[in-house]
Amino acid sequence: MAAESVNHGRRRFLTASTVVVGGVGGIFVAVPFLSAWKPNAKAVAAGAPVTADISRLAVGQQMTVAWRGRPIFIVRRSPEMLAALPSEDSRLRDPQSSVEDQQPSFAQNGYRSLRPELLVLVGSCTHLGCSPKLHTEVKPEPWDSKWKGGYYCPCHNSRFDLAGRVYEGSPAPTNLVVPPYRFESDTKVIIGESEGAA
Amino acid sequence: MAGDRTTTQSGVLGWIDQRMPVVDFWNKHLAQYYAPKNFNIWYYFGSLALLLLVNQIVTGIWLAMYYKPSAAEAFASVELTIMRDVEWGWLLRYMHSTGASFFFIMVYLHMFRALLYGSYQKPRELVWVLGVLIFLAMMAEAFLGYVLPWGQMSFWGAQVIVSLFGAIPIIGEGLVQWIQGDYLPSDPTINRFFALHVVALPISLLGLVVLHLGALHEVGSNNPDGIDIKKKKDAAGVPLDGIAFHPYYTVKDLVGVGVFGMLFAFVIFFEPTFGDLFLEYDNFAPADPMVTPAHIKPVWYFTPYYAMLRAIPDKLMGVVVMGAAVMILFLIPWLDRSPVRSIRYRGPITKIALTLFTIAFVTLGYLGLQAGSELQKLVAQICTAIYFLFFFLMPVYTKIDSVKPVPDRVTMHD
Repeated sequence: MAAESVNHGRRRFLTASTVVVGGVGGIFVAVPFLSAWKPNAKAVAAGAPVTADISRLAVGQQMTVAWRGRPIFIVRRSPEMLAALPSEDSRLRDPQSSVEDQQPSFAQNGYRSLRPELLVLVGSCTHLGCSPKLHTEVKPEPWDSKWKGGYYCPCHNSRFDLAGRVYEGSPAPTNLVVPPYRFESDTKVIIGESEGAA
Repeated sequence: MAGDRTTTQSGVLGWIDQRMPVVDFWNKHLAQYYAPKNFNIWYYFGSLALLLLVNQIVTGIWLAMYYKPSAAEAFASVELTIMRDVEWGWLLRYMHSTGASFFFIMVYLHMFRALLYGSYQKPRELVWVLGVLIFLAMMAEAFLGYVLPWGQMSFWGAQVIVSLFGAIPIIGEGLVQWIQGDYLPSDPTINRFFALHVVALPISLLGLVVLHLGALHEVGSNNPDGIDIKKKKDAAGVPLDGIAFHPYYTVKDLVGVGVFGMLFAFVIFFEPTFGDLFLEYDNFAPADPMVTPAHIKPVWYFTPYYAMLRAIPDKLMGVVVMGAAVMILFLIPWLDRSPVRSIRYRGPITKIALTLFTIAFVTLGYLGLQAGSELQKLVAQICTAIYFLFFFLMPVYTKIDSVKPVPDRVTMHD
């Protein structure tokens, strides 16, 4: 074949069609590679609900259970703690729990809980996932001279009140997450299932 | 007849050279690669960084022979098997962990050298850009490696860094689970991080280093005077101020290797944790998703950027600022409008700017290690502002700043 008889149009068409077909194939090939990174069946199954026995949880105390590998804080708040909650509203970023993803609808109230005294929270800071520490004593703390009790995250100084509501000036953008939960009895909480959803 | 080229070599080398241009390659990159003769101490750090890359790869291969990439076994495989049971395993591990920190020391000094002498200016923009890519790949590689021993800092460091992706609107949360392969850093996470740490990123790093050197050897090395030595050549076309890289600079670099080796060995044998900086004390406890250590901090080489993240009281903005702080490095070749390269011939404004930038960067590095009071947060915010102003104002101050006349030939002080 002589060089001068090159059919450029045909060559361009073949090149372009090869690129297009190959590109589509490449996208399909990418799917298994990307999907393989998703939580696998075992990890998803391990995300099943857990039951917490709260019969021995004293007033003012916190217990921690694991759900989906995360700490779940359960606190039995005293009447004084509950009474003090509204007093901090002006210093909070979202006192009315208006960011809907942060709690099931049943917890979108002043206590952020199903039963007022019992607080259930995912113990991961909404900033970068550290586990905040509970400091219940009402006293001046290094991070807040007017501390009324609540959670303090040692990683980046995020502060939350005793309903897991974030204080203004914290790096955490939103309130602590309330997980879906329901009471099986007065002493048993099921974390991971909402009332009626089971 | 193997090829059309003629070779000056005979014997086995001649046979190979006829089929693959090894002699050409040797000459082009070593024996007839002419580097400026006025290199000073700042020019050790590139070759030392390369040496550390080799150190990381070799010790890494040996560590991979005993390391178990699973949440249940990883901690024991490092702290018990490698550190206690394997003969000389502790040395290999400390060479690897200390090597990581020294790698960053060398690269930070190497980058600072480029800032001092304008080594990123035309025609070396691509050398600089490839260098910043190496820096990015190194940061990813170092982070992934830090997760592998699965101590408390490994776990919580992974938690914090992976959560950064959660700041991205809409897709953030799904992306975090996709990266971790679970609802939290766990067995699948450690397994994939191992794959990336020992295969994907080392290959990328090696490829980038080859490109970095290839681009450098095309345009030639800069020097402390920032003079283009290719403008003055002798009759044979050899730059008058150039000397062959081999043997002159290979021998000089070996002196650097000797001094470096002493420092490196001292740290490996006497201070492998380097007072909580190279290996953090909290990482000698196994990972526990239920208990956050009182004070989470990254290893020292990330702390300047970590301090910026903490200084911004907004999650998304903090992540954006931290990312921008690294990405802005890519733009330096185009931000600098100065007609001269080296700090030696630049005016006072540039010198002050670089000094302030250096102080701000080191201060941020210190603050990133601290727990973080309100005062420290304020200082970090000021330093973050200085860091960015150094770049944002660079087109202005490098243009209006006075310059001294640049000599024709390089200056020597002997």
